[in-house]
Amino acid sequence: MSWSPSEPMVSIKDVHKSFGDLKVLNGVSLDVMKGDVICIIGPSGSGKSTLIRCVNALNDIQQGSILVEGQEVNDLHLNKLELRKKVGMVFQQYNLFPHKTALQNVMMAPVRVLKHDKVEAEATARALLKKVRLEGKEAAFPGELSGGQQQRVAIARSLAMQPDVMLFDEVTAALDPETVGEVLQTIKDLAEDGMTCILVTHEMGFAREIADHVYFTDRGVIVEHGPPETFFKDAKDPRTREFLSQIL
Amino acid sequence: MEFFFDWFRVLYDETGINLPFLYDSYDRNRMVNGFLTTIWLSLVCLFFSVIIGVIGAWLQGSSFKWTRRIVNGYIQIFRNTPPLVQLYFFYFAIGTLLPKVENDWGGQSPLLGSFAWAAISLSFFAGAFNVEIFRSGIEAVPKSTVEAAEALGFSKLMIYRDITLPLAFRVVLPALNNNLVNLVKTTTLAYAIAVPEMLYEANQIWSDNVNVTEMMIFLLLAYFALVGVLVSGMNRWERAMKIPGYG
Repeated sequence: MSWSPSEPMVSIKDVHKSFGDLKVLNGVSLDVMKGDVICIIGPSGSGKSTLIRCVNALNDIQQGSILVEGQEVNDLHLNKLELRKKVGMVFQQYNLFPHKTALQNVMMAPVRVLKHDKVEAEATARALLKKVRLEGKEAAFPGELSGGQQQRVAIARSLAMQPDVMLFDEVTAALDPETVGEVLQTIKDLAEDGMTCILVTHEMGFAREIADHVYFTDRGVIVEHGPPETFFKDAKDPRTREFLSQIL
Repeated sequence: MEFFFDWFRVLYDETGINLPFLYDSYDRNRMVNGFLTTIWLSLVCLFFSVIIGVIGAWLQGSSFKWTRRIVNGYIQIFRNTPPLVQLYFFYFAIGTLLPKVENDWGGQSPLLGSFAWAAISLSFFAGAFNVEIFRSGIEAVPKSTVEAAEALGFSKLMIYRDITLPLAFRVVLPALNNNLVNLVKTTTLAYAIAVPEMLYEANQIWSDNVNVTEMMIFLLLAYFALVGVLVSGMNRWERAMKIPGYG
């Protein structure tokens, strides 16, 4: 399917998702343009993590449509590899491969999945680790790194696949407060480079600073959305206001 | 060397402690062959039982119900029956059903000899346990780690080979170690179908020399040493596989 950069890079339309009897997404729609940084906020259990996990088909959906650069994700014959080349994902718990060094973690997918040349992949991996400010940690195993360092390796690992859009699933939620900043800075650098980013986050200050658009979800629907300046200053919906008053 | 061997002949003459496999070259050959056969049978069974374990555990994760059922049926049969019965079943039941082949002297020989049947039977026996051992290790690998690999575009097979299995291996090494020790000891059952392994050859020697006590002591020590080597090798491997900062 052809896609042009004037169309949304990720287009989510009326998505429904349940786990058994539990309805998690109840008709969610949103568009992300190339280069956009959007933040999804909301109380736990509101479906925000599930929503971004649906974008790269880690969760399937029961109804609706998700287009990533024109590729329909809600498709029984989905080419997952094609999709995952386009979509990178970073998780709350980093999920690095514990038996591989930082460098190997970053190199592995390009070599195994994309069949890139090892020497080239290693050079790219070293450059990426430098970009996330982890020069000198190439030979360290994940267990030898701090949470913040591990999360930055995870970001580099995801970038090594040269994705067009990055999904961040509460990536600072498991970190010590003093390492949150370094991870947020890395994401900010990426956003400034023009990477399309979808973030699920509890970092309101960060969302306000970096997002082009903020979405508030509750009970599986988008309650309210808008550019951060207006969203954080004068939210209209009482649920949004209550949530923001508890957090800010 | 001759002096060393002769010393045991003197020992026998002076004390009555009879170790003919040291001073008698015929018995010595028998013992060496037995020892090598035991080692070779052990290695073959170790190798194939681990392969069966790895593949079986992979098939257990299959999305086809019947694949999983067949693997589980295999495990139940081989885990819940005595290995000697299995060995007899393969050698006498399956073995006699197979066609015979003409041998070098124009006679009829079975398609597979006793060594081959012992290797097949014991590999399946230990393999059944290995499947369960590997499954426990695979279940210990966090689902989130597998998800991260999925998100990077890894195929199911790549995930198993590059992520799940190497991590599971580290978890299961102590249990695998136990099962492989058992396997080496179980190779003595091959005696029952006349595989010329160490126990069988020792039996030949004590039948000829009536030195049962000496041979029994020797066998005990020989197996103790053999398994000791395996265990220390596995322990070394376990240490070498340790990941800094993990587990």
